[in-house]
Amino acid sequence: MKVHIPTPLRSYTNDASEVEASGATVGELLLDLDRQFPGLRYRMVDEQQRIRPHMKVFVNGEQTFDLAHPIKATDYIHILQALSGG
Amino acid sequence: MGRWIAVLMMFDSFRADSHFMSDPRTFASRSEANPDRPALVMAANRELGTKLGCRGLGWSIKCVAGGVAMHVIWVGTRKGVFKLTSAERKAWALEGPLYLGNLVYHIVRSAAGTLIMATSAGHLGPALFRSTDGGKTWVEVAAPPKFPEGEPRKRAVKHVFWLTAGPASAHGLWYAGTSPQGLFVSRDDGLTWEGVAGFNDHPNQLAWVYNDQDQTPDGGKLHSVNVDPRDVNRLLLCMSGGGVFVSDDGGRDWRPMNRGCAADFMPDPNAEYGHDPHSVVQHPANPDRYWMQNHCGIYRMDRQAGETWRRVGDHMPKHVGDIGFPMVVNPRNPDAAWVFPMDGTAVWPRTSPDGKPAVYATRDGGESWQRLDRGFPAAQAWWTVKRQAMCCDGEATAGLVLGTTSGEVWASADEGQSFACIARHLPHIYSVTVG
Repeated sequence: MKVHIPTPLRSYTNDASEVEASGATVGELLLDLDRQFPGLRYRMVDEQQRIRPHMKVFVNGEQTFDLAHPIKATDYIHILQALSGG
Repeated sequence: MGRWIAVLMMFDSFRADSHFMSDPRTFASRSEANPDRPALVMAANRELGTKLGCRGLGWSIKCVAGGVAMHVIWVGTRKGVFKLTSAERKAWALEGPLYLGNLVYHIVRSAAGTLIMATSAGHLGPALFRSTDGGKTWVEVAAPPKFPEGEPRKRAVKHVFWLTAGPASAHGLWYAGTSPQGLFVSRDDGLTWEGVAGFNDHPNQLAWVYNDQDQTPDGGKLHSVNVDPRDVNRLLLCMSGGGVFVSDDGGRDWRPMNRGCAADFMPDPNAEYGHDPHSVVQHPANPDRYWMQNHCGIYRMDRQAGETWRRVGDHMPKHVGDIGFPMVVNPRNPDAAWVFPMDGTAVWPRTSPDGKPAVYATRDGGESWQRLDRGFPAAQAWWTVKRQAMCCDGEATAGLVLGTTSGEVWASADEGQSFACIARHLPHIYSVTVG
C-alpha cells in the first residue's frame, strides 16, 4: 500500500514523500517501514510501543491511535507530524 | 602596568581579527543500518582547506587541518549545531548549521577522537549521531539508549541530555544521561547502548526522582556523569532534581552523596537526597576533588577527607550570589575553576545578575573569587549560560568558551581575563564543547 511520509521523516526515505509498504496492521506497516528505512519507526513510536505525541497516522483519511488497527493492501496511509508551538 | 597593556593589546587583536563566516549548507543523514541513506557531510571549511583529523595534545584537544593544529568548538543549539575553528584562538571561522531545526543537547569527543551528538527534533523521537572523522560525516546510531520495552514504569527516552566519554584507558566506554532520568552505557564506542539496570531499576530510584513527578518543565535531567580515571568502576552522576549519586562497583549499586549540600527548597534541608546539582566535575588531575555548581550554591569536596560538600560559594560577593549552572575546572590546576553566576532570586529570572554578565574565577580552591567581565557588555545584557555551555580548552594558558541563551559565543584565550564575541545571532545555545 502507499504511505505518505511527512517532511521531518524524509531524510530516512531519500526525500520520497510517498513509499510502498505492507502489513496487516498499522504496527506491522511501521515495522516494514523500519525494515526499509532503519531508524524511522523509533522517531514515531517510543520503546513502550506508544505513538509519540503529535505523530498522527490516518488510514483512508481516518485517524487511528492503535498500532493494532487492521489495514489492507488497498488502503492509503497518511503519516502526519502535527506541528505546534509559536 | 606593562602586563595590563599587553593584555589589552592582545584583546584588541582578538577582536580585530575575529570574523564571522557563516556558511549554511544542506545536509542529509543516514542510519548505520541503512547505507543507502546519504551520509551527513560537513564539508571542510574552504579557508581551512583539507580534511580534518583529530589528535589530543596533552590536556588540550586540537584537530589538524592542512598540517595546522586547529582549535575546534562545537556549539549545540535549539536549532542545530555549529562549528568554530581557529588556529591561534584569535580569528574564528563559523560553519553550519548542521541538522538545522534539531535540538542539540550535547556534543562530546572521546580521547580517541570519536564524536557523539545528542539530538531531538521537535515532536520526533531522539537520535544520537556519531562521527569518527572529526565531524566531517555523521551517522545515526542504530541502537540508541532506550528503556526496556514493557518495563513497569513505562519510561521512554524523551531525549539524551548528557554524554560522557570514558577516560582514555577505557577505550570505547561512553555514558549517556537521559530525560526522563536514566543512565545508559556503551562499550563499543557509541555504536550500541544499554541501560544501567543497577541505577535505572534501583529500588530507591523512583523515590530519588520524586516519583517521576515535579521535575523540570521539559522533564528531569540526568547529567554530570563522571568516570574516575583511576578506576572506571567508580562512577558519579547527578540528577536535576534528585541529587548526587555514586557507585563503587561499576554501576551495580548506587547511593546518595549529598551530605553538606543545602536543599533549602525541601521540607528537610538536610535530606539525604532530593537536591538539585546543576553541574559536578571530578578533577582529572586530582580525582579526589569534586566541584559542584548547585541550585543552592557552589561547593567543593575533597573526597579522601570525607564525603561532605563544603560551600565555597559563601566567598562570592553577596550581591552576585553563588547560583548558576556551569562548573568548569582547569584540568591543569585542581584549585582553579570558573562559574557563571545567574540571578536565582525570587522567581528565578535566570539572567545575569542585574543584566551585567561576568565569569567568576578562583585559583585557590574557592577561598576567593575574582570577577572577570572585560569584553562583556557593561549593562543591559540579560542572557545567561546553560550547564553544558561553558568549557575550558585545557591549553597551558587556558582558553575559556561560553555560549549564551541569546545565541552568542564568547571566548577568552587568557583564562578569562578578557573575552571577545566570536559568533553572534545563533539560536539559543545549549552546549559548547571543545573537540
